[in-house]
Amino acid sequence: MESVLELEDISKDYPAHRAVNAVSLDVGRGEFFSLLGPSGCGKTTTLRMVAGFEDPTTGQIRLNGARIHHLKPYQRNVSTVFQNYALFPHLTVQQNIEFGLRRRAENHIDQRVRQVLELVQLTGKESRYPSQLSGGERQRVALARSLVLEPDVLLLDEPLSALDPNLRKQVRAELKNIQRQTGITFLFVTHDQEEALSLSDRLGVMSGGELQQVGTPEDLYLRPRTRFVASFLGLVNWIDGVGVRPEATRVTKGPAETGARSMPARVVQSTFLGNCVHVEARMDAGPTVVAEVSRLGESFSEGETVDVWWQPDDELTFE
Amino acid sequence: MKRLRAWFLAPTWTVMLSLFAAPLAIILAYSFLTRGTWGGLTRPWSTESYQRLADPIYLGILWRSFWIAGAATVLCLVLGFPLALFISRAGNRKNLYLSLVILPFWTSFLVRTYAWMFLLRDTGLINTVLQKLGLIHNPLPLLYNDGAVILGLVYGYLPFMVLPLYATLERLDRNLLEAAADLGAKPWVALTRVVIPLSAPGIRAGAILVFIPCLGAYLTPDLLGGGKTVMIGNLIQNQFTTARDWPFGSAVSLTLMAIVLVLLLVFVRRQEGGLV
Repeated sequence: MESVLELEDISKDYPAHRAVNAVSLDVGRGEFFSLLGPSGCGKTTTLRMVAGFEDPTTGQIRLNGARIHHLKPYQRNVSTVFQNYALFPHLTVQQNIEFGLRRRAENHIDQRVRQVLELVQLTGKESRYPSQLSGGERQRVALARSLVLEPDVLLLDEPLSALDPNLRKQVRAELKNIQRQTGITFLFVTHDQEEALSLSDRLGVMSGGELQQVGTPEDLYLRPRTRFVASFLGLVNWIDGVGVRPEATRVTKGPAETGARSMPARVVQSTFLGNCVHVEARMDAGPTVVAEVSRLGESFSEGETVDVWWQPDDELTFE
Repeated sequence: MKRLRAWFLAPTWTVMLSLFAAPLAIILAYSFLTRGTWGGLTRPWSTESYQRLADPIYLGILWRSFWIAGAATVLCLVLGFPLALFISRAGNRKNLYLSLVILPFWTSFLVRTYAWMFLLRDTGLINTVLQKLGLIHNPLPLLYNDGAVILGLVYGYLPFMVLPLYATLERLDRNLLEAAADLGAKPWVALTRVVIPLSAPGIRAGAILVFIPCLGAYLTPDLLGGGKTVMIGNLIQNQFTTARDWPFGSAVSLTLMAIVLVLLLVFVRRQEGGLV
């Protein structure tokens, strides 16, 4: 895979703390790459260093193989979609989208604006001001404003977090679609693991300023290298030092499958979630586990004696 | 509750009616009376004072007042904008700098204007130093001209420009500047295309707060203009003192008020949602 963006041993120190610590990362051309982590983990600072809003204390950033960390934001062919969109309130949709093209004195501005508006499905809203748009429309203007410049990397700083949850899923699908259609590299920052897993070709999980692990969604979910990565990407039952995902944890009234590790337990609670049922069981050995079971299978009631079991292959193990 | 509100507002109403509305009504009446032989007022009622305003001499004074006030306002904007921008980004030193901006208010405007006379006059500090350094042989005419009046007005009213500008710039979303840079705008372009258009409310408020008092300025042209640079304020003062023509003085005062009112209406209408 050809790299478009390379971070090499990037660190960022603030007077009181180190926000990013020795992060190295390659993002491939045309890739949808996410940086995932809790707030304060350094993911946004990393993004801002790529954009040029922050200078790395040490380390190098290369775009298409050329060092860019000494360049001003307006000299880098990357573009940012801000969390609050940062649309110019005194300019119309058309003027907002033209802004970058005019700075570069590009040709066929009208035509390019029309195309990008079509791409984000905002045709007809050219003369509106940002205050006359809905949250979802503003988000798409912000996206269009950056996309129209055809940046080498599009940087997205939690672009979905300001939308209401129903809209978020829809926009998520649109975003993925647009990325596929344009072939532009996306570097996407989020704290929402579902978002990162569903959108990304690859993702990196950050914690405490450090990049914990990089890989495909499947890699990270099924083969997390640290306990932090394991718990950040989804629920984990911790049993005797090994982790088992709820969907790999089985609860039965009868005996376990052959080869499985099995422990006796007592049902604490059974919660119906629509598409599945979460059975919470306290094992005689101590810990409480959650098993995600099909609503079509057995049903369980409080206090029932059951067997909790899982296949050794499904265990998450750490170094 | 309603009665309580009436009681709380009573002092304000009393002050406004007795000290503002009543004198204004008196001046309105004066302006339509005739000057007595030895000053004072007599009948008949007439509009003669207003007709006299059309005299080229007075139109000239009006015009001069406008351009001096206009020049002072533009200079305040040119000097005040960079200062306000600087303060709005000064982090935890903002309050210190803002205090410095309003520090001159701690002493009387009269005293400060006299201080300028000591600096600007022929034997003043500036001319003395320049002569001692051998840069000039004869003192520069720094005092008693339009330039000195404009300088005095800019000095006096600069804070009224800086404060509303600061208020607007301080609220400016910093992400917008980052977005401008991100989209390829160099700092100068970001300033002219984003910062200045978005600080229009502050610019308007500052311009009003500087232009209107400058238009009616009396002390500064009197002291720094040396009686040569007559503005409307001086004309009005003259009519009530040496010229003893109260009807004309009243007519000029009301005309000035009317002009200011019209300007305010035009400016405020263009700006929904108040002055700042």
